[in-house]
Amino acid sequence: MKSFTYERAETPAQAAAAASKPGAKFLAGGTNLLDLMKLQIETPTHLIDIGRIGLDKIEPTPDGGLRIGALVRNTDLAADLRIRADYGILSRALLAGASGQLRNKATTAGNLLQRTRCPYFYDTNQPCNKRSPGSGCSALAGFSRQLAVIGCSDACIATHPSDMAVAMMALDAVIETVKPDGKTRQIPISGFYRLPGKTPHLETNLDKNELITSVVLPTPVGGIHVYHKVRDRASYAFALVSVGAILFKDGGGRIALGGVAPRPWRVPSAEKLIPKGAKEFASRLMEGARPTKENAFKLTLVQGTIEGALTENRS
Amino acid sequence: MKFEKPAGINPIDQLKIIGKPTDRIEGPLKTTGTAKYAYENNQEVTNVAYGYILGSAIAKGTITRIDQSAAKAAPGVLAIVTAANAGTLNTGKFYVSRFLAGPQIDHYHQAVAVVVAESFEQARAAASLLKVDYKKAKGSFDLDAVKDLAQTPPPAQFGPPPQTLTGDFEGAFKTAQVKLDETYTTPDQAHAMMEPHATIAKWEGDKLTCWCSIQQMNWGVRDLANILGIPKENIRLIASYIGGGFGGKGTVLADLVAASLAARAAGRPVKLALQRPLMFNNTIHRPKTIQRIRIGADHDGKITAIGHESWSGNLPGGRTEPATASTRLLYAGANRMTRLKLAVLDLAEGNAMRAPGEAPGMMTLEIAMDEMAEKLNMDPVAFRIKNDTQEDPEKPGRKFSTRKLIECLQTGAEKFGWEKRNAKPGSIQEGQWLIGMGVASAIRGAPIAKSAARVRLDSSGKITVETDMTDIGTGSYTIIGQTAAEMMGIDLDKVTVKIGDSSFPESPGSGGQWGAASSTSGVYAACFKLRETVASQLGLNVGKAQFSDGKVSDGDRSFALGDAAKNGDLVAQDEITYGELSKEYAQTTFGAHFVEVAVNAYTFEIRVRRMVAVCHAGRILNPKAARSQVIGAMTMGVGAALMEEMVVDKRVGFFVNHDLAGYEVPVHADIPYQEVILLEDIDPTMSPMKAKGIGELGLCGVAAAVANAVYNATGVRVRDYPVTLDKILKNTI
Repeated sequence: MKSFTYERAETPAQAAAAASKPGAKFLAGGTNLLDLMKLQIETPTHLIDIGRIGLDKIEPTPDGGLRIGALVRNTDLAADLRIRADYGILSRALLAGASGQLRNKATTAGNLLQRTRCPYFYDTNQPCNKRSPGSGCSALAGFSRQLAVIGCSDACIATHPSDMAVAMMALDAVIETVKPDGKTRQIPISGFYRLPGKTPHLETNLDKNELITSVVLPTPVGGIHVYHKVRDRASYAFALVSVGAILFKDGGGRIALGGVAPRPWRVPSAEKLIPKGAKEFASRLMEGARPTKENAFKLTLVQGTIEGALTENRS
Repeated sequence: MKFEKPAGINPIDQLKIIGKPTDRIEGPLKTTGTAKYAYENNQEVTNVAYGYILGSAIAKGTITRIDQSAAKAAPGVLAIVTAANAGTLNTGKFYVSRFLAGPQIDHYHQAVAVVVAESFEQARAAASLLKVDYKKAKGSFDLDAVKDLAQTPPPAQFGPPPQTLTGDFEGAFKTAQVKLDETYTTPDQAHAMMEPHATIAKWEGDKLTCWCSIQQMNWGVRDLANILGIPKENIRLIASYIGGGFGGKGTVLADLVAASLAARAAGRPVKLALQRPLMFNNTIHRPKTIQRIRIGADHDGKITAIGHESWSGNLPGGRTEPATASTRLLYAGANRMTRLKLAVLDLAEGNAMRAPGEAPGMMTLEIAMDEMAEKLNMDPVAFRIKNDTQEDPEKPGRKFSTRKLIECLQTGAEKFGWEKRNAKPGSIQEGQWLIGMGVASAIRGAPIAKSAARVRLDSSGKITVETDMTDIGTGSYTIIGQTAAEMMGIDLDKVTVKIGDSSFPESPGSGGQWGAASSTSGVYAACFKLRETVASQLGLNVGKAQFSDGKVSDGDRSFALGDAAKNGDLVAQDEITYGELSKEYAQTTFGAHFVEVAVNAYTFEIRVRRMVAVCHAGRILNPKAARSQVIGAMTMGVGAALMEEMVVDKRVGFFVNHDLAGYEVPVHADIPYQEVILLEDIDPTMSPMKAKGIGELGLCGVAAAVANAVYNATGVRVRDYPVTLDKILKNTI
């Protein structure tokens, strides 16, 4: 860990303004950032602790949705009765992630912004375009069993590790932000994450030091909510494949995937094929996949996991 | 005390305290966070500095230059130790690793430098400022690629001979009516203990004291003396509590060497813990094996030929993973062969991990037995029972001291409900889950070694025991206390147990499943001597004196035990040594494992639903501690079966998943209710305690029982561990 300065912000505007300092980063739950600082993967020179700026409420929106403050803890979000009743996919996804202790600390915005768990990203001796742009990708011809099969590039095959974001993708969540100059904006989650291309170190479309203030869930859409996270051990592991599904009585639905791409993977135009079954839907959803030899099984696994979800919830 | 003849009745047989399911006497210290582990012994040192190891960024090659200028100028830096200023370093006598690289690099994350600073953070920051120039060399990292270059290793201190041959294996296998010839692999595995390797080192003149985390104090002193080139007498090691070892802390590793060198260089006590990634690539691990098993049998299921070959790799001079050990003793068969081969690999050193050899050997042998039973159209339990032997199959006439494998299998089968298993794979489904059952035998040697202890009686009738035995979370404190209490006829709370200090009488430490049986026998010997001293002080005949309820009595003469020490503490020290009984008898522990799994029919996720283990391991000194050992081992077996693998990047030459996020071990959600049945027994050929180890037995066979259950659930036979869903998917599509 390198030396850094620290300040505690009192309001979102103050936090955003403080972020104009060079080398500054926001510190929320710290469950990912502090680990990365210890390994010198992240080396901020200034930390702005946003733990006391509020933004920790879940409130109804005028059109019947919910606004989740950026600092609402994962534990509180998963347990909220409104979330459990109307957005079950989100609660289930959250509870499939991390551990109780981590969820107690981890925040909504921090969860969206967590970094990949590609093992090469974590070893500073190894080339990694995400950690050290231009150095190369060790994973492409290395240990890639866990890594992305779609949306990835020759520069990076890292996956986005979040479960929560997969559910939010299926829910068409909208991310609200404030910039250092005080301007606010809304970004639909479908346009929030970038694909790696040749610049895998750029992971979202947030401007530098733009602060997430909340995530808005639109009006509930009903349906059966499913989150199936497939992994080698039963808990406390990242997904090989996860399927977040909202299934409607008419046979239609929305399905987003985790564990397969640099961002939660959803192709809305493919969803009209859901009534035709897992095989047709999955092949459209995964069109253009470019797996490695080690992770090609994920394509079969995606189809099987979707098929299991459809079978169990339609029978 | 020399133990030469099978034990008769002795004070331990009273079983007033021994054999009772007793809570651990140090338990409250651990559950309240007040037990001091190596790195936490701050009260022992003042002005302590912090050490941080920089591991090599390459796996093989040389260091051409280290630019220390920026690191030396960094805040708080006190010293930097490299091969250039460390002086001559030798290797230990058990591990072959060199603990400081330079100019040669032998493996990834080998220590290149140790930075000492006023704070941990400063040491870590300064280590990142060291600029090391490397010249890479081509290394060998892929066992499959070098398998054919593997050589027959020299005979080793532990494990079976490199080759054994009984009868005419090749001929008998060729003509066998039913045959199996399959190859299996087990991956590199990490001990993944919770507490990192850690040391606080303090020099006083030329005397070195280290608070450390190692399992065998005697080896530790021997090896550290050898490595640093100083007399053994100048070294004192203290390891009061150890946060898991599993063989991965047998003796001196890089933390002890680095802390000692750093403390000498800085002129201050230094504390140093290995960073988690270094625990995977810098220390030792269970190495990968490739194993070929051949079994031939008659149509009626009698084995006529059994052969087991195993290939592993290691640093030059490193040991072979002795995976053939169990096959020599487990089943009958007149024609037998085992063979070990060793290749050179430039990965971190392969060495002992819980049940070395036997664990990976049983992972494969017991799948082979399952496959063979199926070929014979026999029940896997019946097939094993049919091939039981009551004599060492390599040396007919040499009996097992005790052997109840059949009883283990039968008891387990009944308790588990084995009769409900459908032999046809894939035939039981509950909802989306395919259900399967699997079985494996268990066998693990029962070594025992000389062990000494000192016991002290004070005038209040309290006993203090001292031995350099360690407690790696196993219950050593408690069983040693129980032994002394039983021998001296007092309650357990009247015994103070002091262990984990090399200045105490020498024990073999914790390892090889020998610790419990050996160290308690040493305490028995010392107490036996103390009883003589007590009797003589009180003018009693030691042969007739009864020690019970805090009193010593003979007929109507009775004294409080403490009366014997009213003129001063009585101290007795003795060591137990052994005659030829372990040659005369095959001394081994046995067991059986039964496992039920559920496999998701769509995703092939594997979840263990039930586990039953039956263990036959002589006298059980403390059934509660023994059960904890076995359920921990069963958990480790589930890890080996389903998830544990250190993945080698064969281009760079290192274990990629070098932390506890990447190297998965079971979590609570993976482990169902575990039932452990401890068969009541004694083995008088072992020691006066009549006990054997159990901590490693509990692991042997577990993974195969899981793999066999997965086969029974799915019809897919996975022969390469870990058994993961992708390997099943590949075979079902």
